[in-house]
Amino acid sequence: MVDFGGWEMPQQYTSIRDEHLAVRKVAGLFDVSHMGRFQLGGDGVPGFVQQLVTNDVSQLGHGQAQYNLMLNEDGGIVDDLVVYSGSEGFFVVVNASNREKDLAWMRAHSPAGVEIEDRTFELGLIAFQGPRAQELLPCDADLDAVPYFGWGHGSVAGIDALISRTGYTGEDGFELFIAADRIGEAWDAVLAHGKNAGVLPAGLGARDAARLEAALRLWGNDMDESVNPYEAGLGWTVKLDKGDFLGREALQKVKAAGPHRQLVGLKMQPGDIARHGARVSVAGKGLGAITSGTHSFFLGYPIALAMVEARSLSVGDRAVVEVRGREAPAEVVKLPFYRGSARSHSEKKESRHG
Amino acid sequence: MADRRYTRTHEWVSVDGKQATIGITDFAQSQLGDVVFLELPSVGRKLAARDTFGVVESVKAASDLYAPVAGRITAVNDKLSSRPELINSDPYGEGWILKLDLEGDLPSELLDEAAYKKVTEESTH
Repeated sequence: MVDFGGWEMPQQYTSIRDEHLAVRKVAGLFDVSHMGRFQLGGDGVPGFVQQLVTNDVSQLGHGQAQYNLMLNEDGGIVDDLVVYSGSEGFFVVVNASNREKDLAWMRAHSPAGVEIEDRTFELGLIAFQGPRAQELLPCDADLDAVPYFGWGHGSVAGIDALISRTGYTGEDGFELFIAADRIGEAWDAVLAHGKNAGVLPAGLGARDAARLEAALRLWGNDMDESVNPYEAGLGWTVKLDKGDFLGREALQKVKAAGPHRQLVGLKMQPGDIARHGARVSVAGKGLGAITSGTHSFFLGYPIALAMVEARSLSVGDRAVVEVRGREAPAEVVKLPFYRGSARSHSEKKESRHG
Repeated sequence: MADRRYTRTHEWVSVDGKQATIGITDFAQSQLGDVVFLELPSVGRKLAARDTFGVVESVKAASDLYAPVAGRITAVNDKLSSRPELINSDPYGEGWILKLDLEGDLPSELLDEAAYKKVTEESTH
């Protein structure tokens, strides 16, 4: 067990390799109850959320969710979060390590009439992720009716759940919000139902490998308050023309001048795992540092993200990374390293209609 | 195994006449998590006790390997280059790392099973 944002979490249940492969080939079940969950209510909520985050939440209908960033006045990333819209207002899921900071930040910026309630401890959260997640989830709801980044109510193994087609692995799958006193029961039922198909409980190690292959950024590693969305390659979440929001003015300047840094993907040689903070250079000239790195059991080689000077590296370029005190060769590759099943469901649907 | 001895840095050594076999302990592999790579020395190299002789790289971290005893390397486990996971699945058997021609006496700082168990219990608290 390791400490993760104050929560005791398993790095692995059995083996990171087996758990990771289960997620890529069948489905894996993650306990992500450590993530912060806030309910936002009151008349002023839509306007408040719109000026709090970077994406355009006015586009969100009830039953839809959206990936977002929350910025400070300098355009630095306070946190990344998923915003859910429903008839009772908004619900947000934030990083575990930022829960208290985010709560204070939101309350400090909220107008009168907006209620922000921390529901982290009354609602559990588990994520069932993999190409066969839909088929293997014991659930009475019509999951075909839940699009990518959509959510609805249903029952999982007879237990009331909020079912969201979201995740952090690059695979299709669901995040299940269930009352804390019944989450254990649901966990056991999902695992039992999928056991013969190869479903495994998966820990933080498998989660980190899967999210990195999918090039999903991790707050605290790949971005933080000193990094702006354009540097992190998350400009697609920023809607500068939606009206005012926190950090907008700073971002307009960054966009006009161009970001100073960029996040790139690196493929390493077997055995050369680039660790957070390792120096990245070309011909002796330092360009930046590794932000995340691991061995990908699925791809069969180590992969890494690096924050480097803007326009210093492009896909196909060679660089070197300091690994165990020596210079290890790296190749710049396209992101994501692996595109899982995450969008294929909605893409299939679209092609059926069109 | 009665004659297996341990280091505080979580290597084990078992001695048969002049030949010493070296690996990392079950506790070490469980702490490291899935091993993905080993950087190992060549046959013929001489090691003094406590010399670093290689690196074990797991998904979590890279850790140095220390020689529990002095000697000349007579064999390196080739299987580990294609199957590093043997360190996890069988650390005292198929996951052995080096064989040495022992030189001199066994260092007195080596721990027996009971003393090593204490070390591991302390480090998990």
